[in-house]
Amino acid sequence: MMFIDPHAHMISRTTDDYEAMAAAGVVAVIEPAFWVGQPRTHVGTYIDYLSAIIGFERFRAGQFGIRHYCTVGLNSKEANNEELAEAVMEILPRFALKEGVVGIGEIGYDEQTELEDKYFRLQLELAKELDLPVMIHTPHRDKKRGTTKSMDVCEEHGMDPTKIIVDHNNEETVREVLDRGYWAAFSIYPSTKMGNARMVDILAEYGAERIMVDSACDWGISEPLGVAKTAKLALERGIPQEHVRLVCYQNALSAYGQSGQMQEDDWLNPAAIDQRTVYEGNSILRGGREPLVQDSAVKRNAGNLIIE
Amino acid sequence: MTSTAAALLEQWLERRLNDEHQDWFQSRLHKVLTSNSDRELHITLGLIPRKLGRTDLNPTATELADANSVLPDWNPTGWSIDTAARIAVLCRLAEKDPATFSDTIIDLCRNADLAESIALYSGVALYPHSEKLSRQIGEGLRTNMRAVFEAIAHHNLYPAIHFDENRWNHMVLKALFIDSTLSPIQGLDKRANAELATILRDYAHERWAAGRVVTAELWRCVGPFAKGSMIEDLQRVAESNVLTEHQAGVLALTQCSDPRAAAIVERYPETAASIANGAITWDAIAEQQLQDSGTSA
Repeated sequence: MMFIDPHAHMISRTTDDYEAMAAAGVVAVIEPAFWVGQPRTHVGTYIDYLSAIIGFERFRAGQFGIRHYCTVGLNSKEANNEELAEAVMEILPRFALKEGVVGIGEIGYDEQTELEDKYFRLQLELAKELDLPVMIHTPHRDKKRGTTKSMDVCEEHGMDPTKIIVDHNNEETVREVLDRGYWAAFSIYPSTKMGNARMVDILAEYGAERIMVDSACDWGISEPLGVAKTAKLALERGIPQEHVRLVCYQNALSAYGQSGQMQEDDWLNPAAIDQRTVYEGNSILRGGREPLVQDSAVKRNAGNLIIE
Repeated sequence: MTSTAAALLEQWLERRLNDEHQDWFQSRLHKVLTSNSDRELHITLGLIPRKLGRTDLNPTATELADANSVLPDWNPTGWSIDTAARIAVLCRLAEKDPATFSDTIIDLCRNADLAESIALYSGVALYPHSEKLSRQIGEGLRTNMRAVFEAIAHHNLYPAIHFDENRWNHMVLKALFIDSTLSPIQGLDKRANAELATILRDYAHERWAAGRVVTAELWRCVGPFAKGSMIEDLQRVAESNVLTEHQAGVLALTQCSDPRAAAIVERYPETAASIANGAITWDAIAEQQLQDSGTSA
């Protein structure tokens, strides 16, 4: 089965994770621009960060047969540094049209401050101007009201909900997000966001329409196999295969594919130039020939002493 | 040269683009050249692959001959449509603003995605040469992204013309280090030198000590400058059970003027005959290695 992880901060992950994801069937990831764990203090570091996720990280993923896409934006935490925020808004348009950029994101609220609100709105306008999908980060705290407010603001700006992915949902937010016509994404992230058993219950209750699953794996204790493990658990617990395909693959492709920058052909039938340069091909798609990825369970075993 | 190259690229694009795309490209080019800010340039370079697609350029024999008459040894064989279009825009810009052009390139490199980086560096031989541009190419060579490195090193005539010996030698060594190939490097034999031969011989010893394979291509730059114990190294390679290595060892020995080399070659009359009749060449060895490794696309 092929999977897409539509929210994965691969810049914070190791090659072990790429190997494990490729082996589990992940063919594509979307890397939203985010907060790197501590505040950036200069626009220059922001520029280099965005350059890294459109460049080197895309290349790194390609070595493991995984197609890498990203969204660019000013995250809600750093929106509170006005000087930085202004400078980032200046340079964002330069990055928004780069190859593999499938949207503006992740943007939204953290503590729901005035500055967060200002830059959220400005970035919605940018997305509208460039006709790009938007990935909304809903706040960890005061989540339910923050989620409602995010959608209210989108509607004030005349945004089309079919181009907006509201992420980090839970049992409390999903109903309203779906009822208002948005895509509802769920981050399978231990302890703080969703667990996958709870996710399977949601799939049983709500079906698969406009729902997608991601890992949101980052620098914290998180799970890059969140999508693959949720798919397996869902199948074991009787969720129809077609529903699993939708929430772990197709819906992400349909939503972010609206950017024109992400097509199934990218991994099933890549352009010749990409095969020569940036995409090694996926061992699973090649029918298991010349496996690109080693058996990570074997490699990670500390008793396996030889390193060559 | 920059402007005649641009004209040629535009001609190739015109043959391949439908009317709508051709009109779009020409109008964007006009905007870039008449605008006072770099905004139009960024937008145009960004939109090119979206509008014009990313298929291979596949230049015809006539087109390649035309390329050669504009600039000897210019070889755009591996370019895609979007690469060609981006370079055409840059050449036109260089023609218009030669004084600020290298600053523009440096700024573009700072924000470039992968395909843009490849395009920016693939075109360097067509841009007006400058010290600043040269420094930026140094940055490009330091990349970890093989495709970006190869945009400079492979099918590009800039390095052989402009690199000093140190930069040249390190480009060749890095190509080996990142498991790239040497045969697409233009001017490889012409720029071979004694220092490089020593560096490569040491690198081969390092790999042998680590129990790693040494690519047969390495010896191409060693043969003409082999002396002293290097002859024994080449003998070891000639004695290899791996066919490409054996061929490379003997071929390198035929290019070495040391009388001991000729004596070793005499032990392999069949291989020597194939070398003499042109069946064994460095390019053929490189191609065979690629096939053996199963990585040839």
